[in-house]
Amino acid sequence: MTSALSITRSVAPPRAAFLDFPLGHTTGKKNQPEMQLNLMRQALAGFEEIDEPGAIRFLDERWSEDESWRQNAMAGGGSKGKESSDDSRTPRVDTPQYQYPADRDEAEKLHHKGACGSCVGAE
Amino acid sequence: MTEDSAAEPVDYIAETRATYDALGYPPYEWVKNEGTPPWTPIRVPLREAKLALAASGGIYQRGQHAFHFKDDASFRVIDTAASCDDLRITHFAYDLTDARADPNVVFPLDPLRALVEAGELGALAPEAFTFMGGIYSARKVREELAPALVERIVDQRPDIALLVPV
Repeated sequence: MTSALSITRSVAPPRAAFLDFPLGHTTGKKNQPEMQLNLMRQALAGFEEIDEPGAIRFLDERWSEDESWRQNAMAGGGSKGKESSDDSRTPRVDTPQYQYPADRDEAEKLHHKGACGSCVGAE
Repeated sequence: MTEDSAAEPVDYIAETRATYDALGYPPYEWVKNEGTPPWTPIRVPLREAKLALAASGGIYQRGQHAFHFKDDASFRVIDTAASCDDLRITHFAYDLTDARADPNVVFPLDPLRALVEAGELGALAPEAFTFMGGIYSARKVREELAPALVERIVDQRPDIALLVPV
C-alpha cells in the first residue's frame, strides 16, 4: 500500500494499492476503523484481481473535499512552506529517538541482561 | 478516483528535488527499477491465505529500542497479537501526530485482524516486521536490510506479503 504514487512507480513493486492521502496515513484515517477496514479490503482484493505485473490499484477514498492538504504535503501539512530555502529537515541523529522518555527506561531495563531478539540489528 | 486535475497525486520525487535544489544539494537519487516487476500469483484464495506484514513507519513496541534517524537499517519484530496501545512511532520524515494517536494508519494490525476474524483473510503471520524508512543509502537497504527482512518473512511461510511504507 502506498500514498506516494511517483515513488511507488519508480520502485515498481509487483502490485500496489494507492491511497491518495497525506503521508503518515498509508492505510487510512485515525480512529476510523470502518474506513480502515474498507481500505484494507480493497487493497487485499488486489492480490486476487490484479493480473498485470506492476499494476497499481487506486483505492476509492478521499481525504477531504478541500484539497489544500496537497500544498503543504512535504511539510506534513504544517506551516513550513516548500518555498523556504532554510533547511528545516529534522537532524539525522544516530541515537534512539523514543516517543516517550519512559520507553527508553523500559527498553534499557529489558535489555540490561542482553539482546531481546526482537530488536534485530540494534543490539 | 477523481479526474479533477487540481487533485493530482502529490509528486514527492519532484517535491524532494525542488527542496534539494533550493538548499543547493545535488539531486537525491531515488531507486528506479526498470523492466517488468517479479511476479508470483497468489496460489490460494484470500480467505485461506496467510499474510505477512512489514511496515516502514518507524513503529516499535514498548520495551524495544527506538529507531534512530541516521541510516538505521535495523528492524523490530512485533507480535501480530500485540495491543496497539503498546506501539510507539518515531520517524523524521512525516507528521507523526495521527500515527501516534492510532498506529493503524501506518501499521494496520486492527483491520487485518478484523478481516481474519470475519473469515475474509486466512491468517496473519505471527510476527510482523517494522523499520525506519528514512534510510538514504539504497545500497544499505538492498544489501543489508531487505535480505534480512525477506529471510524472516519467508520463515513465516506466508502466502502473501503486505508492505506498508510511509
